[in-house]
Amino acid sequence: MFYREAGDFSTTYTQDSQTFPIAFDRYRYYFVLAVAFLVIPFIINDYWANAVLLPFLIYAIAAIGLNILTGYCGQVSLGTGGFMAVGAYACYKFMTGMDIYLMGADGEWVRYALPPINIFFSVILAGLVTAFVGLLFGLPSLRIKGFYLAVATLAAQFFLVWLFNKWSWTYNYSASGQINAPTRGVLGYEVTGPTAEPWAAYLFCLVFVVALAWIARNLTRGSVGRRWMAIRDMDIAAEIIGVNPLGAKLSAFAVSSFFVGVAGALFFSVYLGAVEVGEAFGIQKSFLVLFMIIIGGLGSIFGSFAGAAFMVLLPVLLKNILVGGLGWPTDLAAHIEFIIVGALIVIFLIAEPHGLAQLWRLAKEKLRLWPFPY
Amino acid sequence: MPEQLLFAMEVTLNGLMAGVLYALVALGFVLIFKASGIFNYAQGVMALFAALTLVGIMDGQVPFAHLINAVFGTEVHHFGWHVPAVLAIVFTMILMIIFAWAVNYFVLRHLVNQEPIILFMATIGLAYFLEGFGDIMWGADIKKLDVGLPQGINLWIDETTFNAFGYGFFIDNLDMVATVIAALLVTALVVFSQYTKQGRALRAVADDHQAALSVGISLNFIWVLVWSVAGFVALVAGIMWGAKSGVQFSLSLIALKALPVLMLGGFTSIPGAIVGGLIIGVGEKLFEFLLGPALGGATENWFAYVLALLFLVFRPQGLFGEKIIERV
Repeated sequence: MFYREAGDFSTTYTQDSQTFPIAFDRYRYYFVLAVAFLVIPFIINDYWANAVLLPFLIYAIAAIGLNILTGYCGQVSLGTGGFMAVGAYACYKFMTGMDIYLMGADGEWVRYALPPINIFFSVILAGLVTAFVGLLFGLPSLRIKGFYLAVATLAAQFFLVWLFNKWSWTYNYSASGQINAPTRGVLGYEVTGPTAEPWAAYLFCLVFVVALAWIARNLTRGSVGRRWMAIRDMDIAAEIIGVNPLGAKLSAFAVSSFFVGVAGALFFSVYLGAVEVGEAFGIQKSFLVLFMIIIGGLGSIFGSFAGAAFMVLLPVLLKNILVGGLGWPTDLAAHIEFIIVGALIVIFLIAEPHGLAQLWRLAKEKLRLWPFPY
Repeated sequence: MPEQLLFAMEVTLNGLMAGVLYALVALGFVLIFKASGIFNYAQGVMALFAALTLVGIMDGQVPFAHLINAVFGTEVHHFGWHVPAVLAIVFTMILMIIFAWAVNYFVLRHLVNQEPIILFMATIGLAYFLEGFGDIMWGADIKKLDVGLPQGINLWIDETTFNAFGYGFFIDNLDMVATVIAALLVTALVVFSQYTKQGRALRAVADDHQAALSVGISLNFIWVLVWSVAGFVALVAGIMWGAKSGVQFSLSLIALKALPVLMLGGFTSIPGAIVGGLIIGVGEKLFEFLLGPALGGATENWFAYVLALLFLVFRPQGLFGEKIIERV
């Protein structure tokens, strides 16, 4: 009744192939954007920003990134945490000013000191660096498939975390081995550092989320995305019909790593502010993002958002109910969270392998006919 | 003999012993993979769960004490008795069999004919579930596991080698026991799969599900059986690792190392698991010994994975694995 497509007529091809062909969907999308940009910044407070909104936005980027690789291109990766670490450390180096040593003409090492780069461009550059690293670790995917590849990506996870622990240049030789985000701003408003206002940090992340989600949506429904999906469905068959597996797989790794790297950079600079690599970007993070896309829906941009929201909200909710409501100890709540998450993964894989996104699709189908199902 | 060479030999020996422990975990993976084509990520957590349960039963802990105390406001922790190790192992084994049945009944039955990668992710969920469950049941603190295995330096080897080379080798008794037990376990598994009716049925299922079904082998039974055997292997591995480094969460991460072991050895080969384990064990110890100081140490964290990664690029099916044939 409310959600319907009657009366929506496409008169041009452009109209027919737009992202939201149904008018109601389109208005809902504009409405969500309007609320996100025009309402939430005015009512946001510290708790909501740090407990819910910032992690949701940042994980949504990471989940979209992993979804491109796993959901669209079919290459399971357990190295997300490692790639997020690359993004975080690259961002740190760019925003604090990087020393680069290059071989000069006379064979001497010459030191070039880059000036500190604006945080906005630091994040993007960090994404590019991560894309390059992802490309390197994606090379074996041409020979290795399925869960062999999943295990091979563990190499990236463990190697990268180890690297950022040992290579003191990456954390500017600080004694603690941590990296701390200095105060940086965009257009005069602080977005990182302890004094940043929650609304500024929120808007900064939101801009990235909207831009990247838009890019991802358009990549995946274009020829690049169709190539990825062909590889996912059956790589040999895809090769026979003329999809270049080298190009398709490596582009998926690069694009996915770019997203994950941006997420890592934001996670460090805007959300956490201080990072110890093993703790923040360990193997648990890789699984967390993987769970987001399984629960949210493999091969769906909306699913990435739904999964991220679910996995961010679940611990908050459980903590409020179990610790706040029933007065149980926090470690018990954490264990119960493990059980629930594990059980949910299994349940979703059994009952609804396409995740929350599929439930959403079904709900829309039902709503089109509601309340007169015949 | 020069000091360095002797030292390298000692490192190699220790690496071999560590490799045996990796191989123990890897065995469980291979068993399940051969019988059902499922790559069971939860094997490591099963080892942790088995070890936790064993300690819990031996110490007479009240299961779910933490939860009970939180819900009812009581203060129960221990029954106040101690169960002998042998009896506790039997109880733990029974629990692992129940777990195997539950996994089959609640999870695998519903996922028949799904893609391998979906099953793999389901076992990741299973691993999470089991981890939380184990922690709630027995508490998450680090526990000491002592089932009466000898531990510490083997003085006899130390003395003999000192007299022979002027340098005493440090070999842990526990590692030697582990080697013996691993050898026994593999022998037992081979005998089981070659000479018993169930073992032959298991191999038949591994060969071809449908053909096995058509000659009257119950797939459900075989899967419960194989998960139980894997549970048993996990229990043995859990005892060994637990005695070595305490029963704690990191046990499930150490078990992750079994994955590169498998990739080296090939997923379908029991000898492959052993050889892969030894290669990884020796490789990472020697690498740390030779290049660790130059690279800043702790290379053991990633060496196994990178080695497996590089190896797979040249031989995707592993050392002993069956050739992967893909058709459209």
